[in-house]
Amino acid sequence: MRLTRSLEERLVNLYRQTKVVGGLFRSLGQEADAVGSAFALERRDVLSPLIRNLGSMLVKGAQPAEIIRQYMAKGDSPTRGRELNIHYGDLERGFIGQISHLGDMVPVMTGVTLSFKLRGESRVGLVYVGDGATSTGAFHEGINFAAVQRCPLVVIVENNGYAYSTPLSRQTAAAELKDKALAYGVPGVRADGNDVLAVYDVTREAVDRARRGEGVTLIELMTYRRKGHAEHDNQSYVPPGEIDRWERENDPIDRYLRVLTDELEFEEAEIAAVDARVKEEVDVATDAAEASPMPEPTDALVGIYADPPRMEPLWYRAGIRSAVDAHERAVGWGVFNG
Amino acid sequence: MAETTYLEAIRQALFEEMERDESVFLLGEDIGAYGGAFKVTDGLLDRFGERRVIDTPISEAGFVGAAAGAAHMGMRPVVEMQFIDFISCAYDILTNYVATSRYRAMLPCPIVVRGPSGGYVRGGPFHSQNPEAAFLHTPGLKIVYPATASDAKGLLKAAIRDDDPVLFFEHKYLYRRIKEDLPDGDHIVPIGKARVAREGKDLSIITYAATVWKALEAAEQLEKEDGLSVEIVDLRSLLPMDDAAIVETVKKTNRVMVVHEDTRTGGVAGEVAARINEQAFEWLDAPILRVTAADVPLPYSPPLEDYVLPQTADIVGVARKLAAY
Repeated sequence: MRLTRSLEERLVNLYRQTKVVGGLFRSLGQEADAVGSAFALERRDVLSPLIRNLGSMLVKGAQPAEIIRQYMAKGDSPTRGRELNIHYGDLERGFIGQISHLGDMVPVMTGVTLSFKLRGESRVGLVYVGDGATSTGAFHEGINFAAVQRCPLVVIVENNGYAYSTPLSRQTAAAELKDKALAYGVPGVRADGNDVLAVYDVTREAVDRARRGEGVTLIELMTYRRKGHAEHDNQSYVPPGEIDRWERENDPIDRYLRVLTDELEFEEAEIAAVDARVKEEVDVATDAAEASPMPEPTDALVGIYADPPRMEPLWYRAGIRSAVDAHERAVGWGVFNG
Repeated sequence: MAETTYLEAIRQALFEEMERDESVFLLGEDIGAYGGAFKVTDGLLDRFGERRVIDTPISEAGFVGAAAGAAHMGMRPVVEMQFIDFISCAYDILTNYVATSRYRAMLPCPIVVRGPSGGYVRGGPFHSQNPEAAFLHTPGLKIVYPATASDAKGLLKAAIRDDDPVLFFEHKYLYRRIKEDLPDGDHIVPIGKARVAREGKDLSIITYAATVWKALEAAEQLEKEDGLSVEIVDLRSLLPMDDAAIVETVKKTNRVMVVHEDTRTGGVAGEVAARINEQAFEWLDAPILRVTAADVPLPYSPPLEDYVLPQTADIVGVARKLAAY
């Protein structure tokens, strides 16, 4: 959780320096649900994160330098500059990159876990969606098919109160999102998403159940999105005081620190050592990512198909390394001067 | 050796590939005990069991997405659309997820989506469509649309073995109407290669799927009545498209028409014409002409459907105009 938060804070700095060329998405205040749930998986299991589940990827072995390179659109980022932010995956480490079309990863993870079932592998899949994605057709089709096939799949609905600016009351008339499980004939449970240990426990139970061949579980984790949809969002739609209250009373890291010091008797110095290690890790990753090269423009033509592995350049671009450099561009194109 | 229908050729391809490779499995609506709406998968459940022949809920986006996920993990799913018209329900997942997965995420997605397509069968607006052009515009997909039983078998086997997603359009009018002796052994037709369906020297008809047969009828008539020698190129693969074969026939006859059953605006014929314009303009002695469906949803009633879809007489008429230009 500390690494998730520190890494995102570093990304904010880089964003303000315009080194992050696209949008920036925060999981401030909801780190516990990504981290606690991912720890409930085994190494061989596969998860599919959503935009506020950076923490789950870090648990699965994603490296801070990879994340920063992704955000900075570097040529040696995991997607070689083709995709943004945390949209990437690695089957070796057990996570699959999301796309922006919400809900689509549910049927995809249904298929991933169907393959586990067909091959008799003792593996489990975990897919994250937000409260907004539960309104999509893909969510419904995916979880329904997984339920029928008794796929070893855990569906986590991260209920953080808002889909961009739309509050839950305008997303659904259902009293609780976990109740949607009823319609699919699978268990639905709700837990405190800001209590990392509760998240671990509830996910672990669902993972064990899936591994025993008992099928899908839907888990609704209650949390709160303290930042906007992305860094540009001023959250004008949020009632006054709501964000402060969550920060003051229900920060997942503060809550876990209290458990560590009060119940488990960790020393302040031990916690400070973790913080220092995380800062060092993020510093080293930032330096490495900043030193990384941008992609060669013609790399854009590689890897659409296995065969042919590379597209031919358009004839008027043939022999030109960088179309951008060769182009006459009006000053200010693509720049907002407001 | 007994002749094999187009439909039986597809079933043979599925059977042989499932025998050859354990990772090949089928997903679709009513494909198991019922054997599919057109009985393409008849008997496969008995042979391979319900783990490999999976009846799905009515949820095209759901099971195409599931096919993608399984494909990432090393499986080779073959998805049946009960009618290809319903592929639009999976348009998002096919164009945004499946087609981009190799490029954006280095994830192979070797799935095949196949299904009965096309008209001339009184199917009405939602059981007669030819939606190939809707996907031609999506890098990352491959598209094939065979006209013969031999190509249906060989291309489906190639599609299942391909490491990228392939949309396999089958023409339902041809399912039981055409048959031929299939080549022995492991018959593979490479994706991306057109075929000359008839040699000729006066003008070329570039086409694919059911209209290959209409063009062949027209060519016979034109030879008999007008003494015209018509060459017919069956594209077979639309993505990737065989530019070399297109240019070769242009250079040979210098007069070209493009025929397809799909609607006109934004159809494959426009793309073929653009490629000829870029690559062989100086070889043309006449404008490139199109024979296509009219730009309307396909109506049900026989006089309406026959009027909207391209017919042999349309091809003959346009070919005469082209020859006389």
